[in-house]
Amino acid sequence: MAEITLEDIIKPENRVYVKTELMTDNVLSYCPGCGHGTAHRIAMEVIDELGLEENTIGVAPVGCSVLAYEFMNIDMQQAAHGRAPAVATAIKRVWPNKIVFTYQGDGDLAAIGTNETIHACNRGENIVIIFINNGIYGMTGGQMAPTTLPGMKSSTSPFGRDVATMGNPLKITELVAQLPGTHFVTRQSVHTPGNVRKAKRAIKKAFENQRDGKPGVSFIEVVSNCNSGWKMTPRDSNIWMEENMFPFYPLGDIKVDGKLV
Amino acid sequence: MSELKLMKGNEALAEAIIRAGADAYFGYPITPQSEVIEYLMSEKPFDRTGMVVLQAESELAAINMVYGAAGAGKKVMTSSSSPGISLKQEGISYIAGAELPCVYANVVRGGPGLGTIQPSQADYFQSIKGGGHGDYKQIVLAPASVQEMSDFVKDGFDLAFKYRIPVLILSDGVIGQMMEKVELFEPIPRLTEEEIKEKYPWATTGKKHGTERRIITSLYLDSNEMEQHNIKLQKKYKEISEKEVRFELIDCEDAEYVFVAYGSSARIAQKAVRLARAKGLKVGLFRLITLFPFPTKQIQEMCSKGMKGFLAVEMSAGQMVEDVLLAVKGCSKVEHFGRYGGIVHTPEEVLEAMEQKIIGG
Repeated sequence: MAEITLEDIIKPENRVYVKTELMTDNVLSYCPGCGHGTAHRIAMEVIDELGLEENTIGVAPVGCSVLAYEFMNIDMQQAAHGRAPAVATAIKRVWPNKIVFTYQGDGDLAAIGTNETIHACNRGENIVIIFINNGIYGMTGGQMAPTTLPGMKSSTSPFGRDVATMGNPLKITELVAQLPGTHFVTRQSVHTPGNVRKAKRAIKKAFENQRDGKPGVSFIEVVSNCNSGWKMTPRDSNIWMEENMFPFYPLGDIKVDGKLV
Repeated sequence: MSELKLMKGNEALAEAIIRAGADAYFGYPITPQSEVIEYLMSEKPFDRTGMVVLQAESELAAINMVYGAAGAGKKVMTSSSSPGISLKQEGISYIAGAELPCVYANVVRGGPGLGTIQPSQADYFQSIKGGGHGDYKQIVLAPASVQEMSDFVKDGFDLAFKYRIPVLILSDGVIGQMMEKVELFEPIPRLTEEEIKEKYPWATTGKKHGTERRIITSLYLDSNEMEQHNIKLQKKYKEISEKEVRFELIDCEDAEYVFVAYGSSARIAQKAVRLARAKGLKVGLFRLITLFPFPTKQIQEMCSKGMKGFLAVEMSAGQMVEDVLLAVKGCSKVEHFGRYGGIVHTPEEVLEAMEQKIIGG
């Protein structure tokens, strides 16, 4: 039997994973172990698989994913901190036949941009919002976020979040699910292959909703890790997330087809 | 077809937005300019031309909606009054940084803070010297009539798209609220998707497979790139300074002294010129139409031809006067007169100031 060479192995028919063309070849700016890269990839795969590349406009926020447009190979607009839902509202209103989505972190969506988030959801804008919740401000170096858990340490809550003085974490996803303008609200994660598949299905459903003209916002929260900000190894951060984040932010659908689950 | 109507300044501005072929208006109510969004909502341009009108949740949201629609290659406007314009400054800086075209109007009221709903011209510094963060400029048009409230919307869009720059229509409570005859320009059709794609290849309209994606951003993390971007912006501002200065000279041919004014102060100063002429005083008016670009060269020329003195008349404690001083560079006398905090000066007060501070001073 002839020896198997590298050339034999890398034949197209043997490939089990092909990077979507809707991800650029730029090196990701995210820390190794971070969930952003996976979330980017599945969002772009969905747009690719649904054939929406030529019709989609994305909005990048301020935060770790401020440079999302460097990695997402579609037309993109960078938005001021927290204002992505307002920017997306306008793009969708002036291009009603195009697909518009925002990709935002927790500081962007649930602190400085709460007003824009609530009102875009309440007006029922036909947009997709992908919300990455890692309970911390990653970009600026690990400060407390609106979603930081009680007792959780960050650089601005170095002794742990004291809810008596620092307030409670905001479950904004449950909040927007209550609004009449949301059509689909779900909470997912991307830390295991099984969860990646589920999250991708949810993102696909969200884009299909918009494509099919289902009225209202499709809102996907992805509970993710921030191993650098949490000061853990990637593996430990995923275990910590399962043990601490998921009990507070339980995974699963919250609202489907405009009805609370 | 052009049409003759009796309208409020704010209404003329609103009608002009529809006629200019705008694709969208995003606003938030504030006195004394709420008529703009009220007029638009009652005129239903969404039925007339397909234009989007949306009352946003805040001025912040409204200006960021403008950013979104402008990035998408659309003709878009917003308007507000002083406190609301302060809130919009972040968005305006982003629009300037990302080189997007848009027009917005400030129907100025007295400040600082919540101030008063009465007219003022105290937002000159904010409009001309920055307002938001970073080294940027915007084209500023100062209407002095209801007619110009209408005309400057059309001109504003032309300039905004020519230079990919925000254009500010800097009005005030007098011009916004008063009624005058206005000849409305003929409606311009909105651009089709194909026309937008052809005219504005930078706009986010959806990336064709196999082509470069469009990115609307003001972020340049590499300092060298950031400097290059700034150099490009400055070059554009220089070109605008050379090509787009607009002003009007009234009774300046034989004048020995001139008022320098814009907006409603220019109208009051024009009356003061008539009063001066009746007294035999050789007084004229230099009415500024563009505040940026500022007619620095034209004022310098007047100076070198022997103009004896300039009185800057503005409803502020003295803001535009600084640019007159920079133009005159000490070669002639420059003084300021203005009532402020919501008080509108009278022609008599303005002439008296000219006589005391410049002619007799």
